[in-house]
Amino acid sequence: MATDVWVLCEHAGGRLRKIAHELLGKARELAGRLGGRAAAVALGEGSGALAEEAGTHGADVLYALDSPALSSYTTDSYVAALAPLLQRERPFLLLVGSTALGRDLAPRLAARLRAGIVTDCTSVELQEGRVVVTRPVMTRKAIARVAFRGEGPKIAVVLPNVLQPAPPVPGARAEVVAVPVDAAPSRTRLVGIEAVARETVSLTEADVIVSGGRGMRGPEHFTMLEELAALLGGAVGSSRPPVDSGWVPHDYEIGQTGKTVNPLLYIACGISGAPQHLAGMSGSRYIVAINKDPQAPIFGVASYGIVGDVFEIVPLLIDEVRRVKGARRDPA
Amino acid sequence: MDIVVCVKHVPDTEAPVRLRADGQGIDESGLPFVLNYYDEHAVEEAVRIKERVGGTVTALTAGPPRAVEALRASLAMGADKAVHIQDPALEGTDHLGIARVLAAAVRRQPADLILCGKLATDDNAGIVGPALAEYLGLPQATAVTRLELRDGTAVVHREVEGAVEVVEVPLPAVLTVERGINEPRYPSLPGIMRAKRTPVTVLTLAELGMGAEDLTALTELVRLDPPPRRPAGRLLEGEPAEVVRELVRILHDEVKVL
Amino acid sequence: MEFELGEEHRLVQATVREWATRRLLPLAPELDRQGRYPPELVRELGEMGLMGVFIPEEYGGGGMDTLAYCIVMEEIARAEAGVSVVVSVNNSLACYPIFAFGTEAQKRRYLPELARGRKLGCYCLTEPTSGSDAASLRTTARDDGDSWVLNGTKAFVTNGVEAEVLIVYARTGEPGARGISAFIAEKGDPGLSVGKVERKLGIHASSTCEIVLEDCRIPKDRLLGERDRGFPIAMATLDGGRIGIAGQAVGIARAALEDAVRYAKERRQFGRPIAEFQAIQWKIADMATRIQASRLLMYRAAWVRDQGRRHTREAAMAKLFASETAMWAATQAVQVYGGYGYIQDYPVERHFRDAKITEIYEGTSEIQRMVIARQLLAP
Repeated sequence: MATDVWVLCEHAGGRLRKIAHELLGKARELAGRLGGRAAAVALGEGSGALAEEAGTHGADVLYALDSPALSSYTTDSYVAALAPLLQRERPFLLLVGSTALGRDLAPRLAARLRAGIVTDCTSVELQEGRVVVTRPVMTRKAIARVAFRGEGPKIAVVLPNVLQPAPPVPGARAEVVAVPVDAAPSRTRLVGIEAVARETVSLTEADVIVSGGRGMRGPEHFTMLEELAALLGGAVGSSRPPVDSGWVPHDYEIGQTGKTVNPLLYIACGISGAPQHLAGMSGSRYIVAINKDPQAPIFGVASYGIVGDVFEIVPLLIDEVRRVKGARRDPA
Repeated sequence: MDIVVCVKHVPDTEAPVRLRADGQGIDESGLPFVLNYYDEHAVEEAVRIKERVGGTVTALTAGPPRAVEALRASLAMGADKAVHIQDPALEGTDHLGIARVLAAAVRRQPADLILCGKLATDDNAGIVGPALAEYLGLPQATAVTRLELRDGTAVVHREVEGAVEVVEVPLPAVLTVERGINEPRYPSLPGIMRAKRTPVTVLTLAELGMGAEDLTALTELVRLDPPPRRPAGRLLEGEPAEVVRELVRILHDEVKVL
Repeated sequence: MEFELGEEHRLVQATVREWATRRLLPLAPELDRQGRYPPELVRELGEMGLMGVFIPEEYGGGGMDTLAYCIVMEEIARAEAGVSVVVSVNNSLACYPIFAFGTEAQKRRYLPELARGRKLGCYCLTEPTSGSDAASLRTTARDDGDSWVLNGTKAFVTNGVEAEVLIVYARTGEPGARGISAFIAEKGDPGLSVGKVERKLGIHASSTCEIVLEDCRIPKDRLLGERDRGFPIAMATLDGGRIGIAGQAVGIARAALEDAVRYAKERRQFGRPIAEFQAIQWKIADMATRIQASRLLMYRAAWVRDQGRRHTREAAMAKLFASETAMWAATQAVQVYGGYGYIQDYPVERHFRDAKITEIYEGTSEIQRMVIARQLLAP
């Protein structure tokens, strides 16, 4: 329907991914203003069972392409399944999460459908009937406000952790529309998956990130950052130099050549704050910087700064956090 | 193998950027431009493949006259040929339009493999690669961190959240590369001299059989603004133990993570 | 008259700047503090063709010109001055004389490895008792039938510790400039050893030492150029070397300027950045002006040399002006930093220490003035 707002909902283990909640919240809001419906689209085996979760998070409808053939993502099979559905139903707007899957699929889908597409969106609004989004550009030195043109399909690929999920509505349940799937063969073949050993929550979804830079001096010192992150329920990241020096794996990197993160709290330890790093984390709500150099540019974006030696401050911080948490857990 | 690498000429990410007063773009005067970081990795990968199995590497770009420097940098790294699509009508198009134009150029020559960087650092869009694959009707794999060739198939590694996928992609295909796939070489001086001597093929839209109607943009820039100013921060001062206590109090009371 | 660098020179500049910023600059404090020569970086420079910038590709070099060479020198020195002199000596004082005066066999034997940075070269002219008065050198080379036998001590040899190829000037004839020959020695030659290794004020990443020759036997085919015609080789070599040192000086001066500008914008006193004070503004303006003037003198000297014309005066002017600018600019930069300029945690005290040698080696400023005046006042 031309007033419906759809969300491509990624899911795993019977649950929606966190970003799906964020996008459904926005879909609910926009659909409300358009007088249409918010719809979740889920692919793969078991997608039909997501109706309750989709509903409590804002979806009126769940299009379920419930087929084992779609349980593993391949570009061809997902495009083949979604394109005809979107061409038939013609939603006003499709929201996709900026995940590995979303970034692989959305541009191809846009080319297939001749849809306007903007990626890395940090906001999605309706202004005088037009969809207007914002997205950072130029290593986050500028924010672009972009509008979709014309009446054709529109796809907005949205960054994680920038939209707020709607407060869950208990008991709400999305109406399930089972979409028959003609399993299209995929030219590419997934032949293996190697899980990356990281016990913590993924960086792009984390609410708290403890991050280390060149000031950490070596791989062994990241252990204390992991300890602090664990205490705060967060994830560990790094700026580029520790990755270049081989201290931490690639997937730790936050910045222009790594991930863009938007946590509630970002603790930067021994990070000087080069623009390429700021590009990846300056959207954080609170930034705490610990650095020996009072001139370090990171202090220019920090909410709270400590000019000090990370090797002195962080252990003290770990102890104090532990103490406060212990006290709270056991008030007697 | 005949490899085409699509490259983009982008502002140096180290350089400060001035916005135009009318909010319609950036002030390019005095801004240093470079070959897009991720495209360097794509060129490097292509040149390594050529050095192993033979063939030619063609660097391709669609952009204003200054974009020829991205082609020269690619040639200096070892690309053999360079194609520059230049046309005033490119100014107003969107990423899909660019992808259509690149596809038209790719179709003019043999291409067993098409490589791009996973995104360009001026806008981080990451749209052109997959769109190009769609317009060429070819299979794709994005954010590739490792590439092996086995009898007409590319076996690639791609990083997804929490895992690394191993995917077989039949050639010809479009692959977008992630950093970590290789360490791009610095152009050598002989490479730079060779690059200077290599003629660049320049194509207009008409020569590609395309008209302005193929480039209608489906999105438009409304305004470009500076980033929102973060509220001024506060330095916590005092002895380490005091400072830490104060910080934890803030984390508890204000940030509410404890 | 073109004042802009052409496309390929711009690309060289951008490439070397990128390499120097990413690979060399982060290591600069450590190289200086530890006096560490970085063989891994020299290898990378060699792979890029930067250890033999103007040596033709057929001999393994970069195949470019003197203008490219001084651009390379400025960009490397901006990051770290010690490594830049390693590069300069290898290019100008080792590769060049072999290329310009060597036999085909000598070129094929030595240039590929020198130009690719696989072996390092050095230049042995100065002795404990002959510096500015180079022609009074005392090292002798005796014709012993199938070998030359060299005896003497060479001082202040840059790269002397790591070098495997040495251009050695020794006396084969009458006293004075007319009795000097040039030779190519190798580290394995019997009777050649590294003597005292000097501890210097700056450029610590580059080694400076004595080379001791005690009945050092080298094969007859190691004579470079003609017998007794070594002094003109030494002087011609210095013409190019001086342009390289001008590049080093411009690079050091630019480092001082860039660091001073950055600091002036960040440091606040009296309620505002010190960049808003005229005293600082004038220093910055003067530094920038003199650096640009130095650079243009350097580019012109390179251009004249690339035209195949005599460029002794231009090279001397460039080296003289750039080196004095570097020392002055580094001093200004320390002043801008105030107390912090004296502290080793900040880069400007290193620029100050590194700059001084540019006024001394490859011909002191006093010698450069003599060279320039002599041409202008010739009867």
